[in-house]
Amino acid sequence: MNRRDSLKAIGIGTLTAGAVLTGCKPGEITDEVQVATTGREAFEIARDKTLVKETYFDAHEMATITVLADIIIPKDAKSGSATDAKVPAFIEFIVKDETQHQLPMRGGLRWLDVQCLNRFGNAFIDCTPKQQTTLLDEIAYPALAKPNMQQGVAFFNKMRELTAIGFFTSKIGIEDLGYKGNAPGKWEGVPQNVLKKYGLENV
Amino acid sequence: MQIKKSSEVYDVVIIGSGAGGGMAGYVLANAGVKVLMLEAGPFFDPAKDSQQLKWPYESPRRGGNATRPMGDFDASYGGWQMDGEPYTQKDGSEFQWFRSRMLGGRTNHWARISLRMGPKDFKCKTAYGVGDDWPITYDEIKPYYDKVDRLIGVYGSMEGLENDPDGIFLPAPKPRLNELFVKKAATSLGAKVIAGRGSVLTAPLPGNKDRGACFFCGQCNRSCKIYGDFSASSCLVIPAMKTGNLKVITNAVVREILTNGNGLATGVSYIYKDDMQEYQVNAKTVILAASTCESARILLNSKSPQHPNGLANSSNIVGKYLHDSTQGGTAVILPQLLDRDRFNEDGVGSLHLYAPWWLDSKKLDFPRGYHLEIFGGMMMPSYGGYFGFEGVTTPYLNGYLPGRDGKMKAGGGYGAGLKDDYRRFYGTMAGVGFHGASTAKEDNYCEIDPGVVDKYGIPVLRFRYKWGTDDVNQAKHMQQTAGAMLKLLGGIPLMQPAGPETNYGLDKPGKGIHEVGTIRMGDDPKKAPLNKWGQTHDCKNLFVTDGSVFTQQSEKNPTWTILALSMRTAEYLLEQRKKQNV
Repeated sequence: MNRRDSLKAIGIGTLTAGAVLTGCKPGEITDEVQVATTGREAFEIARDKTLVKETYFDAHEMATITVLADIIIPKDAKSGSATDAKVPAFIEFIVKDETQHQLPMRGGLRWLDVQCLNRFGNAFIDCTPKQQTTLLDEIAYPALAKPNMQQGVAFFNKMRELTAIGFFTSKIGIEDLGYKGNAPGKWEGVPQNVLKKYGLENV
Repeated sequence: MQIKKSSEVYDVVIIGSGAGGGMAGYVLANAGVKVLMLEAGPFFDPAKDSQQLKWPYESPRRGGNATRPMGDFDASYGGWQMDGEPYTQKDGSEFQWFRSRMLGGRTNHWARISLRMGPKDFKCKTAYGVGDDWPITYDEIKPYYDKVDRLIGVYGSMEGLENDPDGIFLPAPKPRLNELFVKKAATSLGAKVIAGRGSVLTAPLPGNKDRGACFFCGQCNRSCKIYGDFSASSCLVIPAMKTGNLKVITNAVVREILTNGNGLATGVSYIYKDDMQEYQVNAKTVILAASTCESARILLNSKSPQHPNGLANSSNIVGKYLHDSTQGGTAVILPQLLDRDRFNEDGVGSLHLYAPWWLDSKKLDFPRGYHLEIFGGMMMPSYGGYFGFEGVTTPYLNGYLPGRDGKMKAGGGYGAGLKDDYRRFYGTMAGVGFHGASTAKEDNYCEIDPGVVDKYGIPVLRFRYKWGTDDVNQAKHMQQTAGAMLKLLGGIPLMQPAGPETNYGLDKPGKGIHEVGTIRMGDDPKKAPLNKWGQTHDCKNLFVTDGSVFTQQSEKNPTWTILALSMRTAEYLLEQRKKQNV
């Protein structure tokens, strides 16, 4: 098989060189939750179809997750926000897929609301941005958090982790990180200027 | 319910389609022998079924491990546990059994690390004073290693090392940036770091028009749509089917091998999963290659008046001498790589750099040794697999290093600053895996659990496996090596040093997925089920060609040796057929 046949075999033979180099398949890729069937076992397909139909979080929980996700990963000069990358939808799916997240997330969201209610008289999403960050500052820095806030630290660690996973495995997040691979190419080693930068030319 | 018996008699029936079964089928079918292959899982053609080049967001779980323990895009159908097909443990044993039920078996997703065993590895007792010698020498196997190299393709570098024999190599891929830092550290410790050896076509394979050359996506574990790496499905079974001499029945779970009043094999009994009916097929010769433990299970379940202790088990050795490689490792964040340059660093999905065992174990408190597998680089951001989401450590490490402004801050956080930290830390991980030789022991074994059957009514395996003092001492040495390397690398370790309470981080047995030895070769029929050709001493028309045949493993990954031995056994069978001995 020559290279052109190879590219045809993997289904990208008709694209332009530019698209091949960036690994884009125009019009095919979205961030929507999809159920693949090719190369999947029957039980996997059935499981995925069931999971996407189920709902775990209620509307208030999803609203809170959405606000938190965008506080954790906001839009900046380089890329969009967590919700731009549909992180809340990912979190909704992954807690059904990996059920060990369910209780810590549900209980943690409730913990957050009760804290806010006691201090500010409102659920988290109805607090002012200033009030929200006042509370988050007490749970977002594990080494500085007070002993009575440890449950909040555990929740925020999980929320932050799921948000980061959802964002940096999305199309927006991968482009933000500057990952250049997942595309046919020729690997010829680390560029010379990079080797030189680290003094590794002769290693 | 009835048993559906076929009147057709095949020349050979092969149980299993992985490296051992695939190679035997390939050799025999190409020699004009009529072969039937039974595979317990579904058909799998990497050209069609591979998840290669998918992005994480094309998986609802972003590559997570919920249904596949090595990630959603990993090619393996199966895993550490399979629904309705349990295995049990004895004496507090924790053996972990990885099964892939699919055409090509575990070769679809493996790391393609393709090492030859060396002359001393075949003569372990003589060379190191432990274990047993194989009934064969490296020189006897070398021609088959050579043929496997030419048939399948392997990259590497010519080094001339005594016990790490060179092959017929394609060009080795260059290392990634992070791997060079590890190489530097390992070299300072005295290891000789050389190019990895992997069955990936880094250049077109001479004489082969069906397989494409690697285009460097680094995703071998997903299996390759252009057959640029070795899977038994793509490189052996599917080509063998094209000869017209090999028929494959998939979803066929073998219950037992059938024998006649003379004790000879006559065929195989199996359940066809698609209709759950019982079938029997006839063959003049049976080749068993269902994987190290599954093959032992089939023999032990094939009892008859002529073979009351299980087929080919007059020695009472089938299932015993089960052994897996020792395994450890460490990983580190390299601060000097914060904000590193971006370029496509996928490389190959096998090993770029490796260091063969470099010390003299006579001066150490364990025999033999381990090799280093070096890793690191800008991986595709993903979730699941061995590493999970690489950025998971960022909010824990950002308190240990100065920010872009040169100032320290509290670890954790949120917002634009944290988002930027994920960028800074991306692609800074590197590490090393250790894979060592363990000595085969009679009291590490699998056997039939007398009280448990699987969903097909087939008695299941029960494991008894304990690491020995030598294995633990080796793991302790791995930890010392890891500690010394971490010091030289100057990075932030991602794993805690492991002490005696965890056997120095030694993985549970089976986790190496290099288990071998349950139907070992040996000249003495009282001490081993197989002769040096992979033919059972007790039943001359029954052969075994998978990892179970190993008398003694080494620290080299076993697949290349399974392929060479399977080819040799298949050629021996062809000779014996000519002589009408079988």
